[in-house]
Amino acid sequence: MNIALNITQTFQDWLVGFMPEGAASITAMVIVAVIYLMIFAVAGLYLVLLERRVAAWFQLRLGPNRVGFQGLLQTMADALKLVSKELTGTDRADKFLYNLAPYFVIITSLMALGIFPFTQGFQAFDINIGIFFLIAISSIGVIGILLAGWSSNNKFALIGAMRSGVQTISYELSIGLSLLTMVLLTGSLQLSEIVETQKHGWLIVQGHVPAIIAFMIYMIAGTAETNRAPFDMVEAESELGAGFHTEYSGMKFAYFFLAEFINMFIIACIATTVFFGAWLSPFGITESLPWLGVFWFLLKALILVFLMMWFRWTFPRLRIDQLLSLEWKYLLPINLINIMLMAFLVWQKLTIQF
Amino acid sequence: MERIIFYIIAFIIIVFAMASVSSRKMLRSVIYLLFVLCGIAGIYFLIDYNFLAAIQLTVYAGGIIVLIIFSVLLVHHIEMELEMAKPLRKILTALLCMLGLGVFLYTIYNNHFNVVDNQVTTTTADIGSKLLSYDAGGFILPFEVVSVLLLAAMVGAIVIAKGKKLTDNNDTEL
Repeated sequence: MNIALNITQTFQDWLVGFMPEGAASITAMVIVAVIYLMIFAVAGLYLVLLERRVAAWFQLRLGPNRVGFQGLLQTMADALKLVSKELTGTDRADKFLYNLAPYFVIITSLMALGIFPFTQGFQAFDINIGIFFLIAISSIGVIGILLAGWSSNNKFALIGAMRSGVQTISYELSIGLSLLTMVLLTGSLQLSEIVETQKHGWLIVQGHVPAIIAFMIYMIAGTAETNRAPFDMVEAESELGAGFHTEYSGMKFAYFFLAEFINMFIIACIATTVFFGAWLSPFGITESLPWLGVFWFLLKALILVFLMMWFRWTFPRLRIDQLLSLEWKYLLPINLINIMLMAFLVWQKLTIQF
Repeated sequence: MERIIFYIIAFIIIVFAMASVSSRKMLRSVIYLLFVLCGIAGIYFLIDYNFLAAIQLTVYAGGIIVLIIFSVLLVHHIEMELEMAKPLRKILTALLCMLGLGVFLYTIYNNHFNVVDNQVTTTTADIGSKLLSYDAGGFILPFEVVSVLLLAAMVGAIVIAKGKKLTDNNDTEL
């Protein structure tokens, strides 16, 4: 297998010291999986808290600040409450698909989380098709939402699921094309190599005008892809109850809820990796301390997450026809022209490199 | 290790393929089909052909299965079940399936496979330069022909979907 320097390898080398090789590789995989699962849960919970505090700040309220210091344990308490809740369901739902649906959503976002280079060497799977793998994985997540909507045997849930399907399929095009624009600059799909090319300046600087256009399109499409406001047609409260997860309760609801926040984090992580130099520090100020890469990566990702929260509490919700005409009549043509512009820049060597 | 994973994936593919054709609930069999396609992607990952695996996931799992789910969602109610076929038909189908399986197994066991010891991972750069190369072994002509075909299909789809408006209203409204 073609796996470059990464944490799986490090663990495996350490474990080979006191157990046979086959057992060591399996144990290493399990340990890495557990680490990512923990990152997943903790990041999800704290993103929920962040969202609530940011929302409160935008609306001139205080937000949750009682449980723990400044409300830091609030979402932990909420999670415990959700675990203890009864799991209810509709009578004539398709039980098998109904229970399967949350796992589709969770597993796809967990798989996507595994390939980000959080810092040099801190990457579970450095696959050579990196970005393409991310796009492939994200196209499966929507199946979970469609299933959840249909198998609940509820009209509102079904309408929510249909909207989600239409929306995700349309906006996936924009995400793919805007990332493709940046791939023209890097010449590689592998995430570690994309970071490597950015040592001569972040891609958003290297590609200047078309890169900024691509970034704007990417953020719009990314917000739509995660079904967040102003594109949350899927769970528009005023029309559909809670959309596709109307019939879910307790932990099953929490899976959808956490996956939504993790997906937002993943969109921010992709943007960080492709546009803002992943774990590279600005102007290389901390180049001698590779472990600070985690700090820079998370800082950039959280700023982008904050941007998406800002969108959510600023813009009113779109109608479904506006949503679709935005994608097909505006974003897609702009994107295609943008790719040609970027190809022209790369051909004429008009990129900025330090 | 890889042998064990192969057998696990093969077992999953076979079980879900059978579940897919024998399930009486339409959406469930679509989901079983999805598992089969994911299993095939798993086999591509196992032989280290990542690009094809991702294509399999995007095109089949992400594209075609979503389209099938959409059509099922539009026409099918949750309490409907597919009707059972007549016994005579069942027997006939079973016989035909056994015949097909027999032909397959016979060819596979009688064919001498060339085992190539290949450790090289095909990168997307290789695939890209092959697709656009003019030299011997390049695929530029089929690539262009396929792109024209896809364009024609897309234009055709739009014309059919818009149908009336394009022909009737053009003169009056514009």
